[in-house]
Amino acid sequence: MKKGIDLRLRRRILQVLDCSRRGHVPSSFSIVEVLKVLYGEVLRCRPGEPAWEDRDRFILSKGHGCLALYVILAEKGFFPEEELARFCRPGGILGGHPEYGKVPGVEFSTGSLGHGLSFGVGTALAARMDGKDHRTFVLMGDGECQEGSVWEAAMCAGKHRLAGLTAMIDYNKRQAYGPVREVQDLEPLARKWESFNWEVVSADGHDEAAIREAFGKLPLSPEKPSLIIFNTVKGRGITALENDPSWHHKSGIKDDAMKALCDALGEDE
Amino acid sequence: MRKTCLNCVYELAKKDPRVVFIGSDIGAGTLDAFKRDFPDRFFMEGVGEANIIGLAAGLALNGKIVYINTLASFITRRCFEQVLLDLALHRARVRLIGSGGGLVYGPLGPTHNPTEDIALMRAVPGMTIAAPADAEEMKRLMPQTLEVGGPVYIRLGKGGDPVVTSPEHGFRLGEPVLARPGRDALLISTGVMLGPALRASDELRGEGVGCGVLHVHTVKPLDAAALLRAAEGMPVIATVEEHSVTGGLGGAVAEILMESGAGRGLRFRRLGLPDAFPDGYGSQAQLLERYGLTAGAIAENIRKMRR
Repeated sequence: MKKGIDLRLRRRILQVLDCSRRGHVPSSFSIVEVLKVLYGEVLRCRPGEPAWEDRDRFILSKGHGCLALYVILAEKGFFPEEELARFCRPGGILGGHPEYGKVPGVEFSTGSLGHGLSFGVGTALAARMDGKDHRTFVLMGDGECQEGSVWEAAMCAGKHRLAGLTAMIDYNKRQAYGPVREVQDLEPLARKWESFNWEVVSADGHDEAAIREAFGKLPLSPEKPSLIIFNTVKGRGITALENDPSWHHKSGIKDDAMKALCDALGEDE
Repeated sequence: MRKTCLNCVYELAKKDPRVVFIGSDIGAGTLDAFKRDFPDRFFMEGVGEANIIGLAAGLALNGKIVYINTLASFITRRCFEQVLLDLALHRARVRLIGSGGGLVYGPLGPTHNPTEDIALMRAVPGMTIAAPADAEEMKRLMPQTLEVGGPVYIRLGKGGDPVVTSPEHGFRLGEPVLARPGRDALLISTGVMLGPALRASDELRGEGVGCGVLHVHTVKPLDAAALLRAAEGMPVIATVEEHSVTGGLGGAVAEILMESGAGRGLRFRRLGLPDAFPDGYGSQAQLLERYGLTAGAIAENIRKMRR
């Protein structure tokens, strides 16, 4: 069940969670491998110079997945690791949703869903206008695709043939209330995006080799924006998180629940 | 006023390569010269205001200065969260040019008559709100919008509005203009209501009443010191706006007067639209008359307040 996934990063996420005992853990666990490969091998960035003009832009449109982002940004050196201990605390820079201007490396404040893709369309258009070759990546949730603004942005990016824009969907098939297909089904998801003039591929979002291969194909088309649908499991790594929707967002996590989560992941080797 | 405003955007674009224009689905032929001369900085993105605002934020945070034009109703109501979060939270240099603030589209009903746009924009942290009185003032305003560090909402009147401002008063964004001195009463107006306010003042002067007129072209940030200077010792003050009396200029002025202590013994009234949707049709002028926003009705209010 846990073979191949990054347990170390998930343990780091739990350590951060332990500082405030609140957060969106399952939504963060489902994007760990995607962010790991993205920041490790794909994004052109300079952690010591987050405003570097030629950096690739990454927007975590599903801002509630920020625990995974914070851990990876800290490890990359965007901010000191000690900052993680002040997650959601007075004086800290790391809130329950990522904020531009507070967190080095965060391009855009998200949390309210359906905002990131339009912003990404704007950054990709600006790059094209300025003759720059940096790329824009936007990671959305599946439930987020229920927002109408996502489809306004999708239509707009298709019209402009923004090959420099890559959207990703963390298709974990669960939202806060329950299964996406029961709340508001997205299927046929790939065909919807194709019909908006996007080129689409799917990949296993927990298999680093598959993620790497999908990123390696970019741009999927020289004349269209690209979409990678990452098939994932919400809460991947801890069975209790995978099966219980009440974990979507938890606050006031008690000691025994915290211990159970940590025990489920075991210890670093 | 709209044509002048958009021409100003074209002039700004000639001088500054950062200037970008986005329209939604505005009238055919609009800014053809801009499109011809700067095709890579001209966008017509269709009826999707939420996307347009987010897209503009993306452009602005990558060095562009973005001017957007669509109807005032859609640019403030439809995409409020995008304006609040994508623009204001990021202090994005995006300028929202709202056509038809107030009752300009009177015949088209409540969907097209934003009578609460100033209230909505006032609630947005860091938003600058400008409501010029005529096309000449628009020409003085627009160059000053370029370097504002955050979003700006520009409220347009009908077009063909009579020119009532004077160049000798100058124009500085954020500083109200004392358009007419007077010690017996003070009218504080914004946007195209400067015209009726000045005519009301003329009417009262004929009766021996010195009624001053303070033109607040920038509703936010509102210069409290300038407002209090104009209000000092004034026994009667009325605000005049083509906007709901809830949350607009009247509310902003009342807040400053009360908190400064200047409200003691003062007779104060907000003249504007009732806290209700327009309940009928007609031209802008007909609706303004219905709601008492004419020179005669304004003067009559001052007479009553002085009794």
